[in-house]
Amino acid sequence: MVEHADIRVVHRGGSIINFRQPVVTNDSRFLLCASGECVKVFSTSTEECIHNLQGHTDLVTGVLLRPSNHLQVYSCSADGTVRLWDFTDGILIKTYVIGYPICSLYASAKHEGVIFIITPKLTDKRSELFQLVAVHLPQSGDQLVETRELSAVLSNVSSKPAATAFGQGGEYLASVKGLQMEVYFFRKEKSYTFSLKEDNKKGGRNTFTCVACHPKDDCIATGHEDGKIRLWRNFNHKKEYTYSTLHWHHSAVSSLCFTPEGTNLLSGGVESVLVQWRYNQESQRDFLPRLGAAITHIAVSPDGALFCTSHSDNKISIIQSCVKVSAVIQGLVKGESVKTDLIVDPRSKALVLNGKPGHLQFYSLHRDKLLYNLDIVQQEYIHELGLDQFEVVKAAFDASGSCLATVEERQQKGAELEINLKLWAFDEQTQSFVLNTTISTPHDARITAMCFRHDADCQTTMLVSTSQDGHFKAWQLAAAAHTEEEGPSWSCDFVGAYHSLVPKCCCFSADGSLLAVSFQEVVTVWSPASWELLTTLSQPPGAIRDLCFGRLSCSKYLLGTTDSSLLCCWNLLTCSLEWSTSMDVSLLLSDPLSENMVAFCCESGCTDLFVFKPSEPRPLFSQKAVCSGRVTHAVFAPREEMLESCEESSQWLNRSQLYFLTQHMDLMTFITKVEEDRLMASSKQLVIDDSVAMTPFYLLLGKHRQEQQEDQDAVSSQSSERAPLPHSSVAIKELLQTPAHVLPSTTFLCSMFLQSLLIPVTDNREEKKHAEEEMESEKEEEDSSEEEMESSASRPEQASGSGLAAELAAPTLTKAQSRELRRLKKVDHSWLSELLDS
Amino acid sequence: MASFKPTKIQVYPKLGEKVTQDTLYWKNYKAPVQIKEFGAITNIDFSPVSPHNFAVTAFTRIHIYGPFSQEPVKTFTRFKDTAYCGRFRSDGQLLVAGCEDSVVRLFDVSGKVALRMFKGHTKAVHLTDFTSDRYQILTGSDDYTCRLWDIPSATELNNYQEHTDYIRCGVTSKLNRDLFITGSYDHTVKVFDARVDKSVMTMDHAHPVESLLLYPSEGLLVSAGGRYVKVWDLLKGGQPLVSLKNHHKTVTCLSLSSNGQRLLSASLDRHVKVYNTTNYKVVHNFDYASAILSLALAPDDESIVVGMTNNILSIKHRKSPEESKEKAEQQRRRPSYRVFVKGKNYIPKQDDYLVSKPVKQHLAKYDKQLKKFNVSKALDTALESWTRLRKPEITVAVVKELDRRGTLKNALAGRDEQWLSQFLNFLIGNLVDTRFTPVLITPAEMILDIYQSIVGQSPVVDRQLLRLHDLLEKEIDYQKDLLEVLGMLDTLFASTCPRKEVPCSGISRSNGLAQGEASSTSRPELQVT
Repeated sequence: MVEHADIRVVHRGGSIINFRQPVVTNDSRFLLCASGECVKVFSTSTEECIHNLQGHTDLVTGVLLRPSNHLQVYSCSADGTVRLWDFTDGILIKTYVIGYPICSLYASAKHEGVIFIITPKLTDKRSELFQLVAVHLPQSGDQLVETRELSAVLSNVSSKPAATAFGQGGEYLASVKGLQMEVYFFRKEKSYTFSLKEDNKKGGRNTFTCVACHPKDDCIATGHEDGKIRLWRNFNHKKEYTYSTLHWHHSAVSSLCFTPEGTNLLSGGVESVLVQWRYNQESQRDFLPRLGAAITHIAVSPDGALFCTSHSDNKISIIQSCVKVSAVIQGLVKGESVKTDLIVDPRSKALVLNGKPGHLQFYSLHRDKLLYNLDIVQQEYIHELGLDQFEVVKAAFDASGSCLATVEERQQKGAELEINLKLWAFDEQTQSFVLNTTISTPHDARITAMCFRHDADCQTTMLVSTSQDGHFKAWQLAAAAHTEEEGPSWSCDFVGAYHSLVPKCCCFSADGSLLAVSFQEVVTVWSPASWELLTTLSQPPGAIRDLCFGRLSCSKYLLGTTDSSLLCCWNLLTCSLEWSTSMDVSLLLSDPLSENMVAFCCESGCTDLFVFKPSEPRPLFSQKAVCSGRVTHAVFAPREEMLESCEESSQWLNRSQLYFLTQHMDLMTFITKVEEDRLMASSKQLVIDDSVAMTPFYLLLGKHRQEQQEDQDAVSSQSSERAPLPHSSVAIKELLQTPAHVLPSTTFLCSMFLQSLLIPVTDNREEKKHAEEEMESEKEEEDSSEEEMESSASRPEQASGSGLAAELAAPTLTKAQSRELRRLKKVDHSWLSELLDS
Repeated sequence: MASFKPTKIQVYPKLGEKVTQDTLYWKNYKAPVQIKEFGAITNIDFSPVSPHNFAVTAFTRIHIYGPFSQEPVKTFTRFKDTAYCGRFRSDGQLLVAGCEDSVVRLFDVSGKVALRMFKGHTKAVHLTDFTSDRYQILTGSDDYTCRLWDIPSATELNNYQEHTDYIRCGVTSKLNRDLFITGSYDHTVKVFDARVDKSVMTMDHAHPVESLLLYPSEGLLVSAGGRYVKVWDLLKGGQPLVSLKNHHKTVTCLSLSSNGQRLLSASLDRHVKVYNTTNYKVVHNFDYASAILSLALAPDDESIVVGMTNNILSIKHRKSPEESKEKAEQQRRRPSYRVFVKGKNYIPKQDDYLVSKPVKQHLAKYDKQLKKFNVSKALDTALESWTRLRKPEITVAVVKELDRRGTLKNALAGRDEQWLSQFLNFLIGNLVDTRFTPVLITPAEMILDIYQSIVGQSPVVDRQLLRLHDLLEKEIDYQKDLLEVLGMLDTLFASTCPRKEVPCSGISRSNGLAQGEASSTSRPELQVT
């Protein structure tokens, strides 16, 4: 085995954004949420991700605005650190090392310099007991600060962030766990405990699920397992407390939140309805129904204008004052299992898999963004636990992406399996799939595999489905026989069987002239033109697990894997076994753009990867221990632009990229060194200093910015290099296009502008002479540029402003002049660049 | 906030007749005009010249009707006995008819008295026709002879005695003046040439021949007799082309639609069938009240005239294009166009502030209830009598939706006697419908579970339950029978299917397992939907 250090397995996309409560900034422009090991900053208006605050080395468990500075945010992580960020620029300000894994983070305005965290009680990670700890943040200028001042406030609290809340701006603290609520008053340093009975008369479960405190009033709202909300009052006396009960939810309340003024209480749960209760007029409520999936967290912006709800399907909806959903930030939906397998839509090159119940999601791999959800089942989803819902279990695209076949099924206890086969056609006008034909009960039992005939020249589209009822059926798109108005629809063309064995998988050859269907140990090869059984192949013992035809120059080979750890390759010309090797292949896949095949082998709890050509004995590439566990889902996604890699081992990644899902539903991919470098470079280039989202429109305009920066780099690093000619200068163009009233005074600009228009007359002799002179000045120059870099680090607006200045100064002849100019410009023109940017 | 997704009503394949272009064409006739004649109508013939009057031979009279009149424009009554086969000459001026008294009469269409009487036959003359040169008459009689007569001199030109039974039908060629064909009860069809004194071609129909028809090209001949309609290729020397057996009683009359694309046959089984002349498939079917003896189509299929044994002449006129369009227009006009476009074509001006009005989603009544989770009310709305009777698929879809939501039991529980009997009635009506069975079994079981304890308290419900019981027993019997038939068919198919050797790879042959598999056959079967 050759070590391939230049190909790495990396996480790609599919970040979870509904793990913790999102945070809306004071001006309601940004939304921050914990996402894996980083904090993501989204724009609330454009739904685009603006920054990725990276730095934590473990799961981020909480995000909180700093009460004393609304432009800074704390984040805590299971790696035992709390970090302070400037989220507008995406800069890490400070790191506080706590030393224990942190489950959640709280702060209040009354407690300056103190944050409250929940950590496991013992250092032992498996302990079930958690405590609330106050951490005094030391005032220090260092980036990395160790905190030692820890004091426990409450012991035995729930690790869930929703189970603890601060009331009245930090006067007291309420925490719930199980059937108990504990209220701790900071001034009295006293805590009261209230507990509920196990079960009340009606059999409701009284367990607390979440808590929220009224911002102005002495009132605590708690949510319960049975869907009730209790409003507690007068709780500063142990005996005389009262509570009132609100009941609308039919199952557990998962999140509660008061609006900043305390006029409304928001609640949400599995029903996916956001309920707004009027405070003190609880009989009046407003509903925002059908939000798509169960609500897990609710957040309100500090000005009360925006509500945010996180949903169980990895989605954040931004709602304008409980009226309408204004934006939806949707991540990749990952259920418990990917039933449809990973597919790539040939048209949009998006990754397709089942997402929300009854939907197929189209996920752009290049942009790491969910494009859209296609509603397959087209039924009202009932948000109730324990209901058997229709689920999309199979999907297939044809070669051009104009046809989509989906299978949905519903298994009810004690009832027949309901299966629907739906065939969709791509509609150019609406740019989405339109339902063409629904076939109810296409097979008597579960469908095991489905594939389209990949054939460019063939007029009719054909789909083959195999089922556990022992048949495989071919479906064909044909014009309706009798009615002229309707377009072509799908109908069954052929039903095949082989000795009443159960077919497992099917595969069309690259040219569509052969169909291979595996019946347990036997592979049958059929001709789709005449539906004749051409030949049978088998290599017992062990049932066939996967079938795959070779492509391009290897199209004469048929590969199959068996349950008994065998990978076989048959030659279809001689109908004989070409070669076979013993390996436990969990997944066999062929690259649609090349001859390469990929086999994921499971060995001693780890998965190894082999890339090979059927015609060659040696694998092109192999990697041991790609990940732990079995890999059962993988897909080749075509690249947007071909990679030019000359290294033999990474050539198989040139045309397409291999994505796979690990056991823990993490989407991974293989990345080459070259690509990684390029990505790193581009991510550095694309530091965005404003709330401008990364839209295509931005990229169009952003080019100017990039050019400026490059120019600036060129000027500052290599002073002897000639600047571009003035007429091509972007800065001048920009200057000319900027409205006059936002520019500095004309007298100031005039001389500089005129100078920049002059075509520099230089000859080499002169430059040489200069070069010697400049040796000294260059040193200074570098110093000043360093200075500049620093200032740009803290205030990027200014950095770009000086960029513009450099641009303007670029065509001037001597360094001294340019330096002078730059100094001039530094005086006050950050505002100018700001205006230019906006 | 996503909008409420309405309940999906399953579209089931329509059972029964499919709407084709042919059905549309042949259904586009007005309600028939019915005229009572004096006796069974044996022959109808359209005048070849405009205005296309038609002669109806019934009992001792021949009536001539105009294209739209319901009263005869002319009547010939000078027959001593039953008249037969009144036919027009190709110029529409003369009419010839046979008679039970063996005399053939020739009339002027405008006159009343017979111009010529051809006497010579010894028995009833059932066949009369003009030859294409317009100066001769062909007759066929029950005395087994057929004769050619000269009109000007009223003399017999030829006498053919080749048939051995009654001659009841015949046609003359429109292209050749010497050629004619006769059909007889001796099961034969003979082609005669007047230039020779013998038949030139004989075809065996195998049944008494009742009617003959020549295609306009005269290459094909259609004969009807018994339950069969047979098509012969004359150019290939009378080779049989097709034999159609679509009637279950004797076929009495044949006709061709004016463009020659469709063939019509009328029979004593009260049906007129329309065939496509390219593939000879039945494309349409007319039902009449009584056994049909005669049939004729006006040029351009403007009307279909049928004569029946119960003395009734039925005339169906084609709907004019305006009439058929008018009806569609009326339906379309009902909601005013102006209402729909009101304000829609207003183009906002530059400074206008647009207030977008949310589009209100229209929901069916049951969907409105489902949206509010009112399950019992939703079921009630779906069980309204119109929906239940006319669109059972809606009721079934709502039941299915309730089942999916897990609330069907709640919706069925706590009902009174009247509702229960109504619902059981619906179940009895639709439970054995294969399209609905899988869905309706669940509520039926639930009903039995829920109301088990009160069985015997209400006679109405008990009666319905007994009916349901009977229905299920009957259905089980049916299924048993069907399975038996299926078993028989399977054996038949298995024995008729050819056994074919499947080529098998060398590797797989080397092991014992695959060998057995490969040597036997796989049986491809076609989808039966």
